[in-house]
Amino acid sequence: MTGELFLFFILALTAVLTAVGMLTSRNAVYAALFLVLNFAVVAVFYLMLGSPFIALSQVTVYGGAIMVLFLFVIMLLGAENIKAEVTLKKMWPALVLSVTLLGLIIYMIVAKVPMVGLAAETSVADAAPKPLAVSLFSTYLLPFEITSFLLLVAMVGAIVLTKQEKKGAGK
Amino acid sequence: MENTQLFFNFVPWIVFFPVLGLLLNLTIGKKLSENGIGAIAVLASASAFVVAVLQAYSLSIHPEGASILVAEWIHVGDLAIDWTFRVDTLSVTMMLVVSGVGTLIHIYAIGYMHEDVRFHNDEGRFKRFFVFLNLFIAMMMVLVSGDSYMMLFVGWEGVGLCSFLLIGFWYDFDTLGRPSFANSNAAKKAFITNRIGDFGFLLAAFMMFWQFKSTNFDNVFAVVANAEPWVILWITIFILVGVAGKSAQIPLYIWLPDAMAGPTPVSALIHAATMVTAGVYLVTRSAPIFMLSHDAQYIVATVGALTAIFAATIAVGQYDIKKVLAYSTISQLGFMVAAVGMGAFAAGMFHLITHAFFKALLFLSAGSVILGMERGHHHLAHHGHHGGKHDEEVFDPGDMRNMGGLRKQMPVTFWLYMVGTVALAGLFPFAGFWSKDEILADAFLEFPHVYWILTGAAFLTAFYMGRQVWMVFFGKPRHEVAAHAEESPLIMTAPLMVLAALSVFGGALNLPGVHTLTVWLEHTIDIHPGEFNMQVALISTALALFAIFLSWLLYMRKPLTTGQPDPLKRILGFAFTGMENKWFVDEAYKFVFIDRYTDLAKFFAQTVDWDFWHEWFHNSVIAAGFVGLTKFLANPIDLGIVDNISKILARSIQYSSENFRKVQNGFVRSYALSVMLGVVAIIGYLLIK
Amino acid sequence: MIPVNYYLTLSVVLFSMGALGVLIRRNSLVVFMSIELMLNAGNLAFVTFAKMHAANLAAVHNGQIFVFFVMTVAAAEVAVGLALIVLIFRKKQSIDLDQLTHLKG
Repeated sequence: MTGELFLFFILALTAVLTAVGMLTSRNAVYAALFLVLNFAVVAVFYLMLGSPFIALSQVTVYGGAIMVLFLFVIMLLGAENIKAEVTLKKMWPALVLSVTLLGLIIYMIVAKVPMVGLAAETSVADAAPKPLAVSLFSTYLLPFEITSFLLLVAMVGAIVLTKQEKKGAGK
Repeated sequence: MENTQLFFNFVPWIVFFPVLGLLLNLTIGKKLSENGIGAIAVLASASAFVVAVLQAYSLSIHPEGASILVAEWIHVGDLAIDWTFRVDTLSVTMMLVVSGVGTLIHIYAIGYMHEDVRFHNDEGRFKRFFVFLNLFIAMMMVLVSGDSYMMLFVGWEGVGLCSFLLIGFWYDFDTLGRPSFANSNAAKKAFITNRIGDFGFLLAAFMMFWQFKSTNFDNVFAVVANAEPWVILWITIFILVGVAGKSAQIPLYIWLPDAMAGPTPVSALIHAATMVTAGVYLVTRSAPIFMLSHDAQYIVATVGALTAIFAATIAVGQYDIKKVLAYSTISQLGFMVAAVGMGAFAAGMFHLITHAFFKALLFLSAGSVILGMERGHHHLAHHGHHGGKHDEEVFDPGDMRNMGGLRKQMPVTFWLYMVGTVALAGLFPFAGFWSKDEILADAFLEFPHVYWILTGAAFLTAFYMGRQVWMVFFGKPRHEVAAHAEESPLIMTAPLMVLAALSVFGGALNLPGVHTLTVWLEHTIDIHPGEFNMQVALISTALALFAIFLSWLLYMRKPLTTGQPDPLKRILGFAFTGMENKWFVDEAYKFVFIDRYTDLAKFFAQTVDWDFWHEWFHNSVIAAGFVGLTKFLANPIDLGIVDNISKILARSIQYSSENFRKVQNGFVRSYALSVMLGVVAIIGYLLIK
Repeated sequence: MIPVNYYLTLSVVLFSMGALGVLIRRNSLVVFMSIELMLNAGNLAFVTFAKMHAANLAAVHNGQIFVFFVMTVAAAEVAVGLALIVLIFRKKQSIDLDQLTHLKG
């Protein structure tokens, strides 16, 4: 087992465990923190896969902005603890379905995807954000602008939804 | 036949002139006097006669004749019927007879109808009479000039219509002037009886079209020799049925005596001289067909001969002056049909012409006698010699038992009548002698049994004519009216004189050895002049004289007195009763056909239509069946199947919705579970695929 | 050299766990987080495939740019989604999904 593979297994184990933690923790704050950790591990995977720009975006956008927003809302609502959550007795169909899905797709991966090794080292040409930016602002310019518009709409939407009406608030 | 030289092109005017005359009378006739109306009608008929004469003149130079196309009529598939005038010696002979005799009768009718409409108190019908008369001339011309069986049929039906209209001319009176439907019934009888004959004619025409693809004379005659014998036989038999209807032969003659209900000029023109001879003309025209079948000739000759003697026996027993002449006409038509049936076409046509002369003369003279009696009746009524006795009593001016001694009151009419009688009796040298003798001579050679029957009929003819003359003109008046009868005016007697002259000299048309008419007709039909047979002539003359002597013995030696029964009744007994009552043929027909037909109609109406159709079929079959069907549809089908289907459908929907409702539980996560299930299912499907 | 299957398997495991979280948790915030986890698993697969086709420069960029777009959409989604949760909480004083059964007929 090479060091690289060893590292992969350690990280993979961490990712799975943090996911399990998120699922099982009763406290929403813990869940959020587990998720942050998970995102961080995934960011490391991105680095291993030669995508430094995405890895950093992952850390800043997910780990930074989104999860902070989550924690902010959790705390705002005081919803850290919600009682009597999971009872596996009722949840067995969900478990069965999830496991089935897992089995199916793993079977698919094993059966259909060739065993291609992926090198850990990253060539400068691949990793550099510049060609990515060039591509983003040339080939994908229109979708990029649409996403920016989407963000604007989301922002306006969030503001409108949460705005407290001063008058006629009861209705 | 494409010769259009000389006057052949004028031939359509032979129809157009009478049509023009009737249209003139129809439109401006109201403003004209009776003489004006009569003048137009006579002029129209006379113009037609002039055209006929021109045609005859042209034919004398170009005997092959001509075909003049007037209009295309029916062109459908193989069928092509044109209105084409066929000018040949046969058709022109008929044109001359029809327009010639027709014109004389038109003139006579001016005088006759003048008084007739006054006796019936309806002067407005004067114009109508001449319109009908002109229409008849036009239709008769269409009949004789047509160049195909279908055009002939047009005229055939047209003259039938005119016959119907004129028999029923006084449709609201009977022959004695009383309000009644008798005359219109007589018209209907004539029309319906003729329809039977027309049916036969049509079948013959259809068979020709079926077999020969044409009804044109030339086309048919060109190929008829190649036809199979049964085709020819049936065509001739169907034609014979038509002839029997139109020319009053056994068994369809019954309409002609009743047709005497029409005014006397009509009886003379249509029911003696012209229309009824159309059948004879038809057989003559169809000579090439009849010549091919000896059986057909035998049948036609026999039918004609039987008709001749049968009608003659009835004529002996009649008392009405016109009825005697009517049966005489049937009898003489029998002579003609027998003649053309034997193939003696020239003799038949010869007799047709002479008969037209002397029978028209006899009828018109009879009309003069009847009018003379009417005048006497009115004279008595007006002068009131015997109070109201005669006004209330119904007086029959045509009954010979009321007459007697008219020789003194109506001398002109008497002499004219005598000429006609002698001509009809067939005494030398009058027209009837030559024509009848030619028929008898031909029959003697061709069909001996026909000869003997016809000779018997000729004997009876002389007898009943002698009986009539003695009864009408000799002896003493048996009724006061007869004593006061008055002679007719010149406008009526003048045409009679012309006809009398023709009756005397008409025999010159076809004298033995010269055969003018035969030679003339030879251009059209394949005939040979008959031989004069002295033996036959002597026998018939002797028999005629003997018959007249017999009638003299019975009716002249001891003239009848008022109310005395006919002396023949004493001698013949039951047989005479049969003659008096026309051998009960009308009654037999009523029993065999009319009553059976009524029974059949009643059967159809009551049993088939009402009992079977309305009662049984509607109630039992339709109504009951409908009820049964609806019950079946209502109970097992509707309640059992349809209702249960909907009930099951409703219950299953109810049941499933009760269960599916649980799916819509409002829990977001269960919806998510469903989505998950879908995802797994789709991925599973993709993998398995 | 780590086989591409390993990355993909990891991605699937994470995705399944996210799905399981969506199905079994009643806390809407946690459900939301589970959705984020699923998105992340998807992103990981994208990047893996991008690396797999590293010989093709355009393919590499396509995969990474897709991830970028996913992140952006996720951010927008979170913004609106959390606003909705806040709104629901204000109405119901709860963020328990099983309490939100107004859609039940």
